[in-house]
Amino acid sequence: MTDILLEMRGITKTFPGVKALENVNLQVKAGEIHALMGENGAGKSTLMKVLSGVYPHGSYEGDILFKGNACEFKDIRNSEELGIVIIHQELALIPQLSVAENIFLGNEQASRGIINWNETVVKTRELLKTVGLSESPNIHAGTLGVGKQQLVEIAKALSKEVKLLILDEPTAALNEEDSENLLNLMLAFKEQGLTSIIISHKLNEIMKVADSITILRDGKTIETLNVREDQITEDRIIKGMVGRDLTHRYPERETNIGDILFEVKNWNVYHPQQSERKVIDEVSFHINRGEIVGIAGLMGAGRTELAMSIFGQSYGKKISGQLFKDGKETKLPDISKAIDEGIAYVTEDRKEYGLILMDDIKRNTTLANLNGISKWFVVDDYKEINEAEGFRKKLNIKTPSIHQKTGNLSGGNQQKVVLSKWIFTGPDLLILDEPTRGIDVGAKYEIYTIINQLAAQGKGILMISSELPELLGMCDRIYVMSEGRFTGEVPRAKANQETLMKFMTKSRR
Amino acid sequence: METALKLIRSNIRQYGMFIALILIMLLFQFLSDGILLKPLNITNLILQNSYILILAIGMLLVIITGHIDLSVGSVAAFVGAVSAIMMVKHGMSFPVAMVLSLVFGALVGAWQGFWVAYVRIPSFIVTLAGMLLFRGLTMLVLDGKSVAPFPNGFRSISTGFLPDLPGNWDIHLLTILIGIALSVVYIFMEWRTRIIQKQYKLELLPFPFFLIKLAAVVIITNLFTYVLASYKGLPNILIMLFILVALYTFVMRKTVMGRHIYALGGNEKAAKLSGVKTKKMTFWVFVNMGVLAALAGLVFAARLNAATPKAGVNFELDAIAAVFIGGASATGGVGTVIGAIVGGLVMGVMNNGMSLIGLGIDYQQGIKGLVLLLAVAFDLYNKNKSA
Repeated sequence: MTDILLEMRGITKTFPGVKALENVNLQVKAGEIHALMGENGAGKSTLMKVLSGVYPHGSYEGDILFKGNACEFKDIRNSEELGIVIIHQELALIPQLSVAENIFLGNEQASRGIINWNETVVKTRELLKTVGLSESPNIHAGTLGVGKQQLVEIAKALSKEVKLLILDEPTAALNEEDSENLLNLMLAFKEQGLTSIIISHKLNEIMKVADSITILRDGKTIETLNVREDQITEDRIIKGMVGRDLTHRYPERETNIGDILFEVKNWNVYHPQQSERKVIDEVSFHINRGEIVGIAGLMGAGRTELAMSIFGQSYGKKISGQLFKDGKETKLPDISKAIDEGIAYVTEDRKEYGLILMDDIKRNTTLANLNGISKWFVVDDYKEINEAEGFRKKLNIKTPSIHQKTGNLSGGNQQKVVLSKWIFTGPDLLILDEPTRGIDVGAKYEIYTIINQLAAQGKGILMISSELPELLGMCDRIYVMSEGRFTGEVPRAKANQETLMKFMTKSRR
Repeated sequence: METALKLIRSNIRQYGMFIALILIMLLFQFLSDGILLKPLNITNLILQNSYILILAIGMLLVIITGHIDLSVGSVAAFVGAVSAIMMVKHGMSFPVAMVLSLVFGALVGAWQGFWVAYVRIPSFIVTLAGMLLFRGLTMLVLDGKSVAPFPNGFRSISTGFLPDLPGNWDIHLLTILIGIALSVVYIFMEWRTRIIQKQYKLELLPFPFFLIKLAAVVIITNLFTYVLASYKGLPNILIMLFILVALYTFVMRKTVMGRHIYALGGNEKAAKLSGVKTKKMTFWVFVNMGVLAALAGLVFAARLNAATPKAGVNFELDAIAAVFIGGASATGGVGTVIGAIVGGLVMGVMNNGMSLIGLGIDYQQGIKGLVLLLAVAFDLYNKNKSA
C-alpha cells in the first residue's frame, strides 16, 4: 500500500502581518496513521484548517490533491462530502442535545424535512458500538465525561463515511486510561483501512501509533520521517521540532540576584467545574529579587492556571498550599489583596483579559491603581494624563495620543499598555503570561528590554512562555511543567531546548 | 469654516442627540402654534417627566454594567404604596416615611442585586421576576384600592415651587437670580478648566468656539429660568433633579467608583483581573437602582396624590428607552448621565408635543418606538464609521 491518499503541495497562508504557512508540503499514504508535529504556533492547526475548508480555496496558495483529484473546498461541508473529517481540540458537542442528536447534527436522518428518530437511534447505537461505547443514544452529551465525549465525536465522524480522519490533540484533555483507549481505537480503525492524521505533543503516543511523522517549524515543512523503517527515536523527533538557531536577539543583561522574594509551597488546585480533576499538583517554587524565572510547558500543562490561582485565586477551587513573600507567609484571597501585596499578573490574552478595548490608553493604564491618581476616591484627571503620558514615553508606545482607544493599537503597543498598567501598580513580582505572543520581532525586543529593566530594579519576574528560545534567551532559571506538575528545574547554564522538551513531554507513566 | 466643520463632525456623537432634542422642540413649537414653550407647558413637562428622569439615572448605571432592570416600575409602585400606608393609614410624619421608603427601595435593590451579582442569574430574568413580584406586593399592600390623600408637605416635593424673595415682583425674581448665579459658576469653572488644560499643554477648543459654547449655555440656561420665572418659578422637583444629575455626573466621571463601573461594563474579565470587585460593584449598582426607583415612586405618588395599584406601569420601558436614546451601549461600558437625561427629555417632549397637537395614543406609541430604533441605529452607524 503505497497509494497517496492526500497530498498538499506548496501551501502558503498569510494572515495580516504574519506568514503562518510557507510552502508547506504534506503527503499522507492510504491506510496509515500520519502524525503532524511541531511547537505551538508552528502552523499545524492552520494547515488542517486549510485542508478542511475552514480557510476556503482562494484564501491560500497551493494545491490540495485528494485521491489524485485537485480539490477546491469552499467550506467544511465540501471537504466532509469527500470524507475528510476533522475533530478539533475543543469538543464541539452541544451538551444539551442527546448523543444521537449530536451525531446526526447537520446530517439529520430525514425525508422531506421530517426526522426519522427510530432510524437515527438505531444508527447511533451501531456507531457507538464501533467506538466501544454502550451508552444510550438518548442521554445528553453533557452528562458524559470528556473521554467519552471524544469517542462520541469520533462516532460522529464515522457517521459521515469518513475516509480521512483528522484528530487535533485528541488526548490533551484525557486521562491516561481514556488516552490509551483512544489510541487503541485508532489502531483498530487502521486495521480496517482508515487513514488518519493525528496532531499531538505527546511523544510516547506518537511513537505508539504513528507510521510517519511530518514536522513543521515556523510555518515550514522540515521533514517527513518514516517511523517504522528509519528507526526513529524520541530524541530524533525533538531535534526536528526545535532544531533552529536563535534567530531573534535578546538584550544583554547583567544578572544581580538578591534574596528570595516569593515562594510557593505545596500548591494544589482543582478544576473549577470538574471538582475531581486536579489541575495543579503539589507545585513548589521560588523567585529571587532581580531574577527572571521561566516556566516552560506545553499547552494545557497548567501554567496559566498556576499563575491565576496564585494571583488572588482567580482560577480554580479547593486551592491549598502556602505562599511566602520576603520570608513571611501571606495569603492572597482576592485580586485587590494580591495587587496590594505587590503582585502583578500580565495575562496571556490581552484582548480578552488584559484590556478594555473600548477605553483609551490612559484609562487602561490607571485601571489597576486608580488610588494612585486619586484623593478621597476622586480621580485627578490631570495626574492621570501625566502618568499615562510618562508611560507612553518610557515604554515607547507608538500612538498619536494617550486618548487613543486601545482597540485600535497593534499587538505590541497593546502589550505595552498592559505592562504600563501593571508597572504603575508598583509590583515586586511580575507574572508575565506569554508576554510576546502575536507580537512582531522589533516590538519583542523592546518588551524584553523592559523586562530586563524591571529585573534590574530588583523585582522578581516569572515568565510563562511557549517559545523555548525566548525562555532560554531571557531566563536565569527555568521550571518545566507537564500535566499540572513541575517535572524539572534547569539553571540557565544547563538549559537547552532538548532538555526542556524532554521534561515537557514527560507524562505520568 | 473648515475647523468648524471638523469640530462638528468629531462631536456629532456627543452633541447629536442634544441637537436632535432642540430640533424636536422647535418642530413641536411650530406644530403646536407656540404652546410647547409656554411657561405653563414647560413647567408641566418637567413635572410630568421627573420620575422617568430619576429612573433613567439609575438605569444608566445598570446598563453601563451590562445589565437591565425591568422591575423599576413595579418597585416604584410598591414603594409608593408602602409610603401611602405609612403616611395615610398610620399618620407617620412625611420625612420619616420618606427615609423609610428609600430604605425599602435599597432592600429591594439588594434582593435583586444578590441574585444577579452573586448567584449570577441573568438580570433580565431576576428583574422580570421582580416586576411581577413587586406588582403583586403592591396590590397586596393596597388591597387592590387606591390610598389617598397624602399630607401637603409630602405633595409639595412634586407640586411645590421654590418660594420667591420677599416683596412683590412681576416675575419670580429668585429664579432669575439662580439662573444668573449658575451662569457665573459655569463660566468660572470652564475658565479654570481651560487654564489648567493649557498648563498641561492639552488640546484646547479654539478660542472663538470656546466663547460660542459659553454663550450658548449661558443663553439657554437664562432663557429657561426666565420662562420658568414667568410662571411660578423653579419647581422643587427640578432642584432635586439638578442635584441628582450633578451628583451622578460627578460620581461617574470623577470617582474611582465610577471608573470601576465603566470598566466592569467594558470588559468584566479584564476589570476583575485588575482588582475591580466586580460582584460587589454589580450588587451596589442594583441597590442604587432600588433607591432611585423608590424615589421615583415617591415623586409619582406625590404628584398623583394617591398610591394606586396601577402606578408605574411601563416606567421601566421609558427609562430604558431614555438611556439608549442617550447613547448608552446595549453591551455595556458606554453611556453618560447627561445623555440619559437628554434621551429622557426627547421622549418627554415627544409625548407632550404629540398630545398637544392631538395625535392619538396609537400614533404616539408607534412613533416613539421608531424614534428609539432610529436613535440607536444612528448611534451604531456613527460608531462603526469612527472605528
